[in-house]
Amino acid sequence: MRTRTWGFVAVGLLVALLLAGVVSNYASSHPDGLDSALLKGCTVDAEGEITGGSCPAQREKEHEVGGPLADYGVAGIDNEFLSTALSGVLGVLLTFVVGAGVFWLLRRRGPAGPDDADEAARADRQPAGTAG
Amino acid sequence: MHISNGIINGPVAGVFAALALAALTFCVLRGRRDLDDRLAPMAGLVAAFIFAVQMLNFPILTAGVSGHLLGGALAALLVGPWVGALCVAVVLVVQALVFGDGGVAMLGLNITNMALLGTAAAYLLIAGLLRVLPRTPLGLSVTAFVSALVSVVVASQGFVFEYWLGGTTDLGGNLGGLAGTMAGVHLLIGVGEGLITATTVATVAKVRPDLVYALRALKPAAPAPVPAVGGVR
Repeated sequence: MRTRTWGFVAVGLLVALLLAGVVSNYASSHPDGLDSALLKGCTVDAEGEITGGSCPAQREKEHEVGGPLADYGVAGIDNEFLSTALSGVLGVLLTFVVGAGVFWLLRRRGPAGPDDADEAARADRQPAGTAG
Repeated sequence: MHISNGIINGPVAGVFAALALAALTFCVLRGRRDLDDRLAPMAGLVAAFIFAVQMLNFPILTAGVSGHLLGGALAALLVGPWVGALCVAVVLVVQALVFGDGGVAMLGLNITNMALLGTAAAYLLIAGLLRVLPRTPLGLSVTAFVSALVSVVVASQGFVFEYWLGGTTDLGGNLGGLAGTMAGVHLLIGVGEGLITATTVATVAKVRPDLVYALRALKPAAPAPVPAVGGVR
């Protein structure tokens, strides 16, 4: 069963990589719901910079870190498609490594011999016919 | 829905950072009961998948405005509320530290809205709906759609509450206007969130129903949830 779960995870990761690496280039570039609501009352230019008026976003400050992958691009890569694609792929892999790593370390590990009890309890919880 | 630096003042952001840290610690303690050798890699996948789909801003009916998945309902359905909240939090931390998306000083606020409020609202609805709706693909899809939609609106109102506490621009008492704008636009984004969540969960349920936490944990016949294994020891 464990092997099959890892197989599912591998296929899922592939889907995530395709979404972040390819489909992301066709995403809308308009401000999201929060950003647009915060700009209400201000006028903005073509780059989205505030030019006047009064709105909740007017005191917005720079990000403290920035970094080479800031704003979902890779610094130094001029090709926009490639830049977005690469940052998406790196983000998916990084998130998976951090997430799976943290959850793997946090997972339940009992004293010697808990596996049998775990398996039995797991079988109890599963609806008939869907086990492994 | 990531709050940038300077939108909410420092003290309020600090209080929410402490609150979020406490809540996430509680999620770790409760989530460990669910986290076994099978759920851990699945939770890593859910986090990576949410990161990917959050990049896909979709247009909504309001011109010039887009929305993206938050993922609280999706995570709650697939890996449960406690681990699910942690999944969304992992995504938000990576986005803030590496992708410059959402201020690092605003992380507590963003985690509160998207990881905690969104997931909690979604799971309350999931737990209720899955017990009353028929155990069919349609029942599961409706549950996913409704819980996802509502969770986005709840998260948006979390921001309005935070802005009321510590917004950096005086709205001249027009907080209701901000609340209405946020609710309206996030109702539309919520439709997108609902469609993505329902499609994804229905697909997983079709291929591997045993990997859908909500289907395992919420049995229609048993009103009391089966005690988690970890609690017995």
